[in-house]
Amino acid sequence: MNQARDRILQRLRQRQVTSAAMPTDPGVLLRDWDQAECVKRFTHQLTTNHADVFKVQQLELESTLVKILTERQAKTVLLGRNHPFKDLLPALERQNIRPMLYQDAVEQWQDTMFNDCDAAITTTLGAIAETGSLILWPTADEPRLMSLVPPLHIAIVSQSTLKATFAQVIAEPPWQGRMPTNALLISGPSKTADIEQTLVYGAHGPSELVVVLIEDQ
Amino acid sequence: MSHSNSAIRFNPAAKEALGNTQLRSNFRSAMDGLMSKRLNAFQGWDLEALRDLGAAIRHNALRQLPDLLEQLETQCQQNGIEVHWAEDGDDACRIITDICQQRKARQVIKGKSMVTEEMELNHYLEQAGITALESDLGEYIVQLAEETPSHIIMPAIHKNTEEISELMHRKTGTDRRPDARYLTHSARQQLRQKFQQADVGISGVNFAIAETGTLCLVENEGNGRLTTTAPPCHIAVTGIEKVIPSLNELPALLALLPRSATGQAITTYVNMISRPRQSDELDGPEAVHLVLVDNGRSEIYQDEERADTLRCIRCGACMNHCPVYTRVGGHAYGTTYPGPIGKILMPQLLGLDQTPDFPSASTLCGACGEVCPVRIPIPDLLVRLRSDKVDGNSLTRNPTRGHGAGKAGLENTVWRLWSWMNRQPAFYRIMIAMAGRLRVLSPRRLGGWTRFRTAPRPAPKTLHQLMKQRPRTGQRP
Amino acid sequence: MNSAIKLYPAKPEHVYLFGTCLIDLFYPEAGLAGVNLLEREGITVHYPEDQTCCGQPAYTSGRTDAARAVAAQQLSLFDQPWPIVVPSGSCAGMMRKHYPDLFAGTDQQTQANDVASRVFELSEFLLHVCQLSLTDLGEPVEVALHTSCSSRRDMATADVGPALLGQLANVTLVEQARAAECCGFGGAFSVRHPDVSGAMVQDKVTALRDTGATRFLATDIGCLMNIQGHSDTQPEPFEGEHLLSFLWQRTTRAEADQ
Repeated sequence: MNQARDRILQRLRQRQVTSAAMPTDPGVLLRDWDQAECVKRFTHQLTTNHADVFKVQQLELESTLVKILTERQAKTVLLGRNHPFKDLLPALERQNIRPMLYQDAVEQWQDTMFNDCDAAITTTLGAIAETGSLILWPTADEPRLMSLVPPLHIAIVSQSTLKATFAQVIAEPPWQGRMPTNALLISGPSKTADIEQTLVYGAHGPSELVVVLIEDQ
Repeated sequence: MSHSNSAIRFNPAAKEALGNTQLRSNFRSAMDGLMSKRLNAFQGWDLEALRDLGAAIRHNALRQLPDLLEQLETQCQQNGIEVHWAEDGDDACRIITDICQQRKARQVIKGKSMVTEEMELNHYLEQAGITALESDLGEYIVQLAEETPSHIIMPAIHKNTEEISELMHRKTGTDRRPDARYLTHSARQQLRQKFQQADVGISGVNFAIAETGTLCLVENEGNGRLTTTAPPCHIAVTGIEKVIPSLNELPALLALLPRSATGQAITTYVNMISRPRQSDELDGPEAVHLVLVDNGRSEIYQDEERADTLRCIRCGACMNHCPVYTRVGGHAYGTTYPGPIGKILMPQLLGLDQTPDFPSASTLCGACGEVCPVRIPIPDLLVRLRSDKVDGNSLTRNPTRGHGAGKAGLENTVWRLWSWMNRQPAFYRIMIAMAGRLRVLSPRRLGGWTRFRTAPRPAPKTLHQLMKQRPRTGQRP
Repeated sequence: MNSAIKLYPAKPEHVYLFGTCLIDLFYPEAGLAGVNLLEREGITVHYPEDQTCCGQPAYTSGRTDAARAVAAQQLSLFDQPWPIVVPSGSCAGMMRKHYPDLFAGTDQQTQANDVASRVFELSEFLLHVCQLSLTDLGEPVEVALHTSCSSRRDMATADVGPALLGQLANVTLVEQARAAECCGFGGAFSVRHPDVSGAMVQDKVTALRDTGATRFLATDIGCLMNIQGHSDTQPEPFEGEHLLSFLWQRTTRAEADQ
């Protein structure tokens, strides 16, 4: 298909460009919100988008997670293979919630993931106040399908990683370096309004998104 | 006027649509809602500055389009994404079918992609014995109904819940329950298995980032993420115009697209894909292909004025705000892209001889141009196409395909006479004074005008006559 | 970009009136009302006799060469550096916004740009240049206003009509549903696409009537003919007139009018 390529590029290069480049001022995208304002907007935006937000201290994290899972009657929860929630497993056991670790390639256990995982817990790389978005760069330790297949997604956000806007986020590392296999912004549970504009949650992804915001020490 | 027999006729379809009160009310209420949501979504923004930025980003990207495409190709290849080039829709269908056949694929799951609608990919795959299933709920419904989308963002907007309930009952055996929640969840159940079984996932692309070789897709349902993550092979299909230089251009376009489209600050998912699954990773497709489709775009690109059409980021705001689209809906246009953007894009893709009614099917009210997030001057381009259709502008350098299709005939003579009369002021004055004097004889019927209106009647005296009778201006008491 | 900021001149002693062909033929009283209002502000109005049409009908029909030829005829009528006022939004929009494009790259480019920069919608000129203040002499009345799409979008003068009507103490302006939506005229559109155009004007008349207003006003003769033409097919009369005619009638005693 190299002929097609060459012909297309040749046609495009035929054009005499006479118009000037137009000025691009990104100022309109930037916001100078302080941390408190960011937290307020982040929470408001996510809540508006039908997510639940819990603000907790680091020490309360694991108990909060157990509470969230228990209240939503999750029987199983998917965790990354090197998940950082050390004290979580015994607490889960006490509540009869079975942890599942994402440690094998999806092909080997796809059915189980699609049918038997009630929830998944992931960390985040950061978050965006303006749109109430979580930033995820899935890795081998927290693969892509974790935030997508189980009907309940619980995401942990450190308040210190919260930035005002996406424009401000990408101005800094790691975004100015090599892009990962997959980068995601998640701003609520999966939804659709394709049937007569009636909003329904849980279209193909999680029907519930719970964000646990860890306050700064 | 002579047009080829295969030409798409807007008027008969529009007339039929106007007679369908259910359809009209479905569209009217949906478009009213979308207009007010958009307005709310930009509260607190300097919208004009943001549109300036969006327009500039797209304009500048198009200026360097061939370079950006090469950069995108190189970067994608470095990332392990295989890049294919297709000159037209058939080319693209062939490339995609070949990839599927090499993988011995039987089932394909699709995310929403207008460019694959443009090339009727599903039909092509079917002929090759490959089942293609749409997974976006709206597209899924449209596919069940064996129809085409009536809106580029909300494909099934022409149907109400009752109609969808009946359709799903008939085709998939769900209960007859006109309840959006129930129907959505039924579709979810039906598709969940398909995502696991699919051999290939095919998606569109919203923005292709040249510098990093990243494909950016926005969506709310999660079907796009599943399509691009669950099957072992992902084929992304995009028009060649969708490329932007770097990640730095993305925030502005992301700020504009969902707000303009559905009044959302952001879509639920922004999915940025830069490479296939790496050896240590546990999910994602092992192969990612990018198909760059020209299909008439490089021809549009030749003319700098018409090339503004290619800025489009497919938000659909022009349709939502169009008084014509609102009344007739998307199917009346009979083309992949309906509404104002369709009226300027389709004649350039298919030729003015194939879309003779498109340029004129607008009052030039300007609502579309006013809301376009990248400031495509849609009304000006409609005028340009009207002119190309009759070869009306001797200064035009790169006329549109099928230009001159409407130039022959009586109309030409009428305009020549009109032009002559309006350049002979003395004769003009006599003629309109005569019209006033003979006003009782003025016709009662004036073609389409008097089907809905009385005929206008000339005044007894013209402004020219009245101004002449006045005492010299400036000297009145 | 879309809308450069418009700078208004100081109030001049003289203006040119470009009357427009539709007003010339169908609604001359609207043109005269405009002249009366200008003269009352102490402005001398000059009406070049050789004016015909701005060229818009041809321009929007794609007959660009014909439009340019007719527009060129008008360009030569405005020798003095006076403002050119136009009592119709779409013709004003044609001259102000589209003349520069129409003549770009031709010998008349400079002249066209100069003329375009002096064009104002007459009502806009009264408000922003003359800064007129109106005294209402009429009975209480409720009116609805249809601002033309050209006034709204090409000329960015949607605020003018409401501001002028707001000066009239006994006039209540009631806003119709979807006020910014097109009435369906669109010149040749109304003939080429009669069904869609008919549906649009039907909805517009319904929206205007539903306000309960006793009459409607328009800023453009095309819209006025369209809306009036449709409402005249209905049993209940619903009269409309040009904004300028209404403003003049409300602010002058019968004997002072001719």
